[in-house]
Amino acid sequence: MKKALIIFSTLFLIANTNAQEKSLPNIEVKTLKGKTFNIQDLDNEGSPMVMSFWATWCKPCKKELNAIAEVYEDWQDETGVKLIAISIDDSRSMSKVAPYVNSSDWEYEIYLDQNSDLKRAMGVSTVPHTFLINGNGKIVWNHKGYIDGDEEKLFEEIQNLVSK
Amino acid sequence: MGMKKNYLKKYKTLFRNNMKIRFVIFLLTFFALSSYSQNSGQISGDFSLNLQSYVEDEAINAQAADEVILNNAFLNLLYSNKNLTIGLRYESYLNALLDYDSEFRGNGIPYRFATYTIDGLEITAGNFYEQFGSGLIFRSYEEKGLGIDNSMDGIRLKYKLGKGINIKSFVGKSRTYFTYAEGIFRGADLEVDINESFNFENETKYIIGSSFISRYEERSNPIFEIPQNVAAYSGRLNIISGGWNYFGEYAHKINDPINSLQESEMNYASGNAFTSSITYSQRGFGVTAEMHRVDNMLFLSERERTGKAYIMNYIPTLSKPHAYTLLAIYPCATQAMGELGIQLDVFYKFKKGTPLGGKYGTKVNFNFSRINGLEGGNSMLNDNIDFSPKLFDFSQELYFSDINLEINKKINKQISYNAVFANQTYNKDFLEGKTPGEYGTINSTIAVLDLSYKIKKGHTIRFETQALFAKQLETATNDEEGDWLMGLVEYTISPNWFFAFQDMYNYGNENESKRLHYTNINIGYLKGSTRFEIGYGKKREGIFCVGGVCKLVPSSNGLNLSITSSF
Repeated sequence: MKKALIIFSTLFLIANTNAQEKSLPNIEVKTLKGKTFNIQDLDNEGSPMVMSFWATWCKPCKKELNAIAEVYEDWQDETGVKLIAISIDDSRSMSKVAPYVNSSDWEYEIYLDQNSDLKRAMGVSTVPHTFLINGNGKIVWNHKGYIDGDEEKLFEEIQNLVSK
Repeated sequence: MGMKKNYLKKYKTLFRNNMKIRFVIFLLTFFALSSYSQNSGQISGDFSLNLQSYVEDEAINAQAADEVILNNAFLNLLYSNKNLTIGLRYESYLNALLDYDSEFRGNGIPYRFATYTIDGLEITAGNFYEQFGSGLIFRSYEEKGLGIDNSMDGIRLKYKLGKGINIKSFVGKSRTYFTYAEGIFRGADLEVDINESFNFENETKYIIGSSFISRYEERSNPIFEIPQNVAAYSGRLNIISGGWNYFGEYAHKINDPINSLQESEMNYASGNAFTSSITYSQRGFGVTAEMHRVDNMLFLSERERTGKAYIMNYIPTLSKPHAYTLLAIYPCATQAMGELGIQLDVFYKFKKGTPLGGKYGTKVNFNFSRINGLEGGNSMLNDNIDFSPKLFDFSQELYFSDINLEINKKINKQISYNAVFANQTYNKDFLEGKTPGEYGTINSTIAVLDLSYKIKKGHTIRFETQALFAKQLETATNDEEGDWLMGLVEYTISPNWFFAFQDMYNYGNENESKRLHYTNINIGYLKGSTRFEIGYGKKREGIFCVGGVCKLVPSSNGLNLSITSSF
């Protein structure tokens, strides 16, 4: 009986949630320049945003962000999308984030989530994990992991969002 | 009247003891909150299940599990509404996978909290994760892969005192498995962004910070005076200017001897640590130079305990975290009792259209790290000894060194590769706590080629070839593992499927009967935020590390199923 109740309430909660579009949590991260930034202040003037959780030690994450970097200009021209890369590097590798990002020529907005506060708040258990945020700041799509070619699927989702 | 009291008592006991009832009440609270606040509140969470069967395999020394199948799982639930966040995690170990400590046993809700923010004040009651500075004196965090979760249970306050001034403070006990360690921790941290708080318009940004931590634990030693309150403090400085970034932190911890009854084992020396990094980067180029020195800096949540579950501070390893298997066979682990290390990283991108850059540009990363012991070991102080090691001495016993170069290149629309060459030296006797001479020090030269070929839209095949050539630097009494080869083939169909086959072969083992293959096959299915993976094969006994904290993974043979999902 208790078990049934647990399962029932959990399912109900999940069902209940999926019906709503989620907003970004009230969590502070840091910029590469050491400034504190509340993630709810993200803004792209009504155009969509992609938020990607990554780390300097994560191969598939770098693969994903490097693949997008090649087509980023085209994506921006066509849809106005902006990419937000959230590094979950801790104090072991945090000092490598800026050198890696700059040497890679990434044009993304980079934030540091050193204590994993944002990662936990967004239910990210493994990286990479990519979220698509619409022009009103609501999370409309997300995807775990990266395999070659996933960026094309992501771009389709962005196009769908813009053409709505 | 008496009966009513009894009933109430019984009910109270039931409530206190029964996790499930507490869980249901928590869920109902969630449920109630979510229904009353359809418009503004939201619920999210994530789920993970990891199931593994264990079959005996004498050749690789793998044990069968009595339970046949072992299982780790958790579910996180978060409810947030404007300034309020409530969360919990249900964890289930029935029983824990063999690479977890066996103290993770049973079901429960070891993590639950509520956070409320008002007028710049953030209040958390219940469990929380926190880190002061770079973590030298305090870090409470979770690393599921390692089976580490030392979340605090208590009260935390964060307050914005003014523009650019942030204060954090807490009291709490730290989690160990399904219970809490003896020590009571009190801590405070102040961080000041000088430019912001003094309206100081400048190209150069200065951020200073200072932390204080104190652990109370009752003294039970009948012979020696040992401090019941152990304090640690630190100061840090961060200067950012243009492409430059400097970070430095110094930490000090007062004496914290264990409850020994023997004078010779008592150590009244204090501990200290210093870490420093300097970074420069510009378009196409970046460099990071780091160093740290650690002396007697193990900070435990209970003075007599050993084991990673009781460690309350974090001293990151000064070496590159490698993602390829053979590069990580001999990983470095931080020695909180004493070490001196340096690390250098250079990132460079050869531009498109140059001879080395080709059509898409070529990225290279050079990395060097070297960690050695302190002269004569860590500081020691009692009636017979008063010793502190030299400040800088790079000639002491080598623990670990790694020099490596990684090249990342896209050749054309179909083919790209990643290649790594490395030379590592690993003091196995010391880093794994063996008797000197048992395994000695191993020098290995490693080459990795990771090649991807795009067959058609969404379809990619990837080949990984790795080789490790080992050389024993001193003769050891145990058999040398010697050389390794590894191969992997992976076929992926975006966005849903992946198939992988890999084989590790210890062809160079000194003991011919141990020249074994470790083969694995994995199939994964991904859909949106859910991932299923099933694998079958043999795992080698080894050390698995994240951020310098390691666990010993026993060899195993069996089937593995993992499901992760978030909503």
